[in-house]
Amino acid sequence: MANRPGRRVAIVAGLRTPFVKAGTSLRDLSALELGKQVVAELVQRAEIPPKTIDQIVFGTVIPSVQLSNIAREVGIAAGLPKNVDAYSVVRACATSLQAMTSAADAIALGEIDLAIVGGAEAMSDVPISYSRPIAQAVVAASRGRSLTEKLHAFQGVSPKDLLPVPPSIAEYSTGLSMGESTEKMAKENGISREAQDAWAHRSHFLAAQAWESGKFRHEVMRVLTGKDFDVVVAEDNIVRKDSKLESYAKLKPVFDKKYGSITAGNSSPLTDGAAALVVCSEERARELGLRPLGFLRSYAYAAVDPGWQLLQAPAFSAPKALRRAGMRLSDIDLVEIHEAFAAQVLSNLQAWSSKKFADEHLGGAPPIGDVPDEKLNPRGGSIALGHPFAATGARLVHQALRELEEKDKNTALISVCAAGGLGAACILERI
Amino acid sequence: MPALRVETAPDGIATVLYDVPGEPVNTLRESFQQDFDQVFARLSEDPAVTGIVLASAKPDSFVVGADVEMLARVKSAAEATALARGGQQAMQRLEELGKRKPVVAAIHGPALGGGLELALAATYRIATDDRRTQLGQPEVQLGLIPGAGGTQRLPALIGIAQALDLILAGKSVRAQKARKLGLVDEVVPKAILLEIARRRARELASGELKIERNKVQLTLPRLLRTEVLQQLALEDNPVGRKILFQQARKALLAKTHGHYPAPERALEAIRIGVEKGAEEGHRAEASFFGELVVGDVSRRLVEIFFATQALKKDTGVDDGTRPKQVEKIGVLGAGLMGGGIAYVAADAGITVRLKDKDDAALGRGLKQITSIFDERMRRKRLTWRERDEKLALITGTTDYTGMRTADVIVEAVFEDLKVKHGVVRDVEREAPNAIIASNTSSIPIGLIAEAASRPDKVVGMHFFSPVHRMPLLEVIRGRSTGSETVATVVALGKKLGKTVIVVNDGPGFYTSRILAPYVNEAAFIFNDGAAVEDIDRALVEFGFPVGPLQLLDEVGIDVGSKVAHVMHEAFGARLAPPAGFEKLVENGRLGRKAKKGFYLYGDGKTKEVDRSVYDLTPQGHKRTSPPPAEIAERCVLQMVNEAAHCLGEGILRSARDGDVGAVFGLGWPPFRGGPFRYADTLGPAHVVERLRLYQNRYGARFAPAPALLQLAQSGGKFHAPARAPGNPPGQVAAELR
Repeated sequence: MANRPGRRVAIVAGLRTPFVKAGTSLRDLSALELGKQVVAELVQRAEIPPKTIDQIVFGTVIPSVQLSNIAREVGIAAGLPKNVDAYSVVRACATSLQAMTSAADAIALGEIDLAIVGGAEAMSDVPISYSRPIAQAVVAASRGRSLTEKLHAFQGVSPKDLLPVPPSIAEYSTGLSMGESTEKMAKENGISREAQDAWAHRSHFLAAQAWESGKFRHEVMRVLTGKDFDVVVAEDNIVRKDSKLESYAKLKPVFDKKYGSITAGNSSPLTDGAAALVVCSEERARELGLRPLGFLRSYAYAAVDPGWQLLQAPAFSAPKALRRAGMRLSDIDLVEIHEAFAAQVLSNLQAWSSKKFADEHLGGAPPIGDVPDEKLNPRGGSIALGHPFAATGARLVHQALRELEEKDKNTALISVCAAGGLGAACILERI
Repeated sequence: MPALRVETAPDGIATVLYDVPGEPVNTLRESFQQDFDQVFARLSEDPAVTGIVLASAKPDSFVVGADVEMLARVKSAAEATALARGGQQAMQRLEELGKRKPVVAAIHGPALGGGLELALAATYRIATDDRRTQLGQPEVQLGLIPGAGGTQRLPALIGIAQALDLILAGKSVRAQKARKLGLVDEVVPKAILLEIARRRARELASGELKIERNKVQLTLPRLLRTEVLQQLALEDNPVGRKILFQQARKALLAKTHGHYPAPERALEAIRIGVEKGAEEGHRAEASFFGELVVGDVSRRLVEIFFATQALKKDTGVDDGTRPKQVEKIGVLGAGLMGGGIAYVAADAGITVRLKDKDDAALGRGLKQITSIFDERMRRKRLTWRERDEKLALITGTTDYTGMRTADVIVEAVFEDLKVKHGVVRDVEREAPNAIIASNTSSIPIGLIAEAASRPDKVVGMHFFSPVHRMPLLEVIRGRSTGSETVATVVALGKKLGKTVIVVNDGPGFYTSRILAPYVNEAAFIFNDGAAVEDIDRALVEFGFPVGPLQLLDEVGIDVGSKVAHVMHEAFGARLAPPAGFEKLVENGRLGRKAKKGFYLYGDGKTKEVDRSVYDLTPQGHKRTSPPPAEIAERCVLQMVNEAAHCLGEGILRSARDGDVGAVFGLGWPPFRGGPFRYADTLGPAHVVERLRLYQNRYGARFAPAPALLQLAQSGGKFHAPARAPGNPPGQVAAELR
């Protein structure tokens, strides 16, 4: 039973596009188009009357210059009624978890009854910006009333200012890229290259197995793209169907060529994709005849100093979510951890089971403990399936609920690390 | 209640609001001259009034034209000419008044026919930028010409070539285009229309604003525009004008085959006006108008117009059952028909779940739909945002997910009873509440419904190809089809923009059934040694858009042959196709889709007969054709006779539906009114006589239908003599395509 205050919140449907390597089969679609596709199809498959949708909460991490509130545009583009309220959220890699928990709170409080939540990321379509001098000149020129005034604005712009600036995935506060930060974590936590490669292989192996056995058929839609709609994007294309442990060892470290252990093979790649969920109050699900896939029992967010261990915040958010749920890790049937890097997964797991870590950081509370291997990411994770930043949270929630259903189990813990030293966790239950 | 209300403001501007009592839209009726003369005479004398604004009090509609019912009641050409003269004089008085007290027409919504002529008589015209604002002279669509000075004022205002373009084709234009043409002086948002109109009236009255409509401003950028060059080269000198009129006449005759006198008359009235002055022009206009109103062509077109107006109000059921709301439809099959149906539905704002067997088929369907929208975008009828909004209503699937919430599921799968039965069972399982509408063109709905546990939910929706262009929808009511089901799909069809007729069940229903003996007869004539082009030309001359053999090529000769055999089986010897049919199919001649049929399908644009088709007939390449009149008569009488069978057997609810079905579904020449009007025009006794003659010559397939025999005996007609009984006042609108 839920012990969250307010009304109980059900997740009644979910869907995602295939997750594909940036620059491949979905490269022609913007985040808006990806989001539109997944939401339009989700509404159809969930068989919810569009009139009953109160709100859409959606996000994208790398923003588009053209739209400031992607949730609103996704709702309109997907043909939802125009009076469906919409706002956007951003919480780096936990964006669609944030979308879900924000909507869940509004449902719990009785402000809304039903919402569509999710996120989309088009890493093939990132905004390229210009240097400050150019940007200032363009703005000044747009205010100019005559051609001379407009041209005048560009005086003082030097040729080197003309170089476009690609978006950065470096932490703004530390200047370190996420890979560099994770190198630091791997070293400080003593995570070996072998352990990382083994984790990456596990991820690909299990993901390939899950695709092979058709486990994703309820979770992944097909996208028809191309000018003539003749390109069918049906599956994730990052998963290695014939992953071999040996091959990971051959890759060179990317971020620290000399002492490093993080390679392209044991990290999640830049990915295009979108995912969404339908969440509603338990009563509304009953009224509409929708079968809940599960319920949100608790959630928690945490933050750490980005200069310490950038992706170690799950070590705080997961215990918090368990405490709020009134549960122990042993009560959990399934744990889904977002895999930004194998080194991060292993660091998070290590912290969860470490008495030393608990003593130092959790005020002496007992560690939450070890996660048995068979309960952990049984269909692989973001390293193999890919990681469209804003879509991963919704992917994890739906995938976990489908896995529980198949195994006929009840509870799941979702854990996501995010840029900025943020961590997110939530606990789901089917009964 | 008076039709004109006047509000005079302290600034001296009187606003005249036109509001025909008790009607949703304004038309120019018999009383309009008197009403206008009275009001404007008073305003003319009132010293407090310095300017006038003329607007409509109807929501989203200015004036849609002359009252067509009034025209239908006219008995003689002289009477109609007098009506036109009266209208012309009212407009002239308005124009005269404008010289002393400026009259500003404030136009929102359609200003068509007489409505535009009214606006043209004003001093200054302002239109709203609203999509509903349309200006045009659609009279030729009812076989008429503008009768209140339109043929004179329009060319004077926007130039001869542009005026010809509007009047001869009966086209209407939106506000922005009208501004470019010089048809209106200003385009403003709806909310400030009256405010700006009053301001302009004030400024015109005070002399602050002067109207300068120079026909050609000789500035360089303008000189480079083709219409300006045309005006300089052709319109402003007598020799050029002569060329212009000659060219227009030639283009016209190529289009009308001489069947439609109205555009020719309009051209003549314009020419007279240009060459001999406005007074002569007006006289010619009124005289031509009178002659056309009582002419056969206009009478037939007006009848068809009334029939479509009546069908708009017809719910399709006689017991008052209300239709169910349709918000979402499922479409099974994303082929040419399914895609077309999905397109018209999305265009009408209905959510569509489109299903086909695999992604490739689905992709082809989506491409077809998108390309229709894209074409409209290219023609500036749609913005990309509007396109995307409509496209977003369509999602594709390869299974039944998302079908359960569809109100109506239209199946457009392969034309085979077993396949259709499978579909019916699937739909009943996956979407237990949905209406199952079959887009079959020949399989009886009763047979399809045999697989249903709820046969009351099974109905036929026979769309015509291409769905987005063909205006007809034939709804087929099976023996067990429920009234709610019929009423719902009829309402849906109207929402999709179709003219809907409801027919009862039977092989081929109505349209496919009457087409069968018509095409059979063409095939008989071909088999007996006639040349392909002679057969097709005879029917095109009769007024069909294409001849029967070309039609077969388009539809597919295999499809035609299949339907022919279904009809033969159902109705016996009367509908037996000639022996040669199979030979064509065996020969691989399936028509256009196989690039092999009666015609050659190379890269060339000119249509040429594939003479090797003659190898399949006993006469070979030595062709001797009957006279064109006989070819046409034989084919057409077959269609008329079969239509009479349909009416007699109760397939049709009325002769009206039969006429509308043939005109809008089969391309029956509109100026001949449809098979029943045509039979009435010839006289049923005459039709029977001709059928008997051919019966003696060619056998029992020409035996007259009982319904015809009955009328021939009683001296009656298919249509009651009273014209347009119980119809609402018609409008000269762009209803007829």
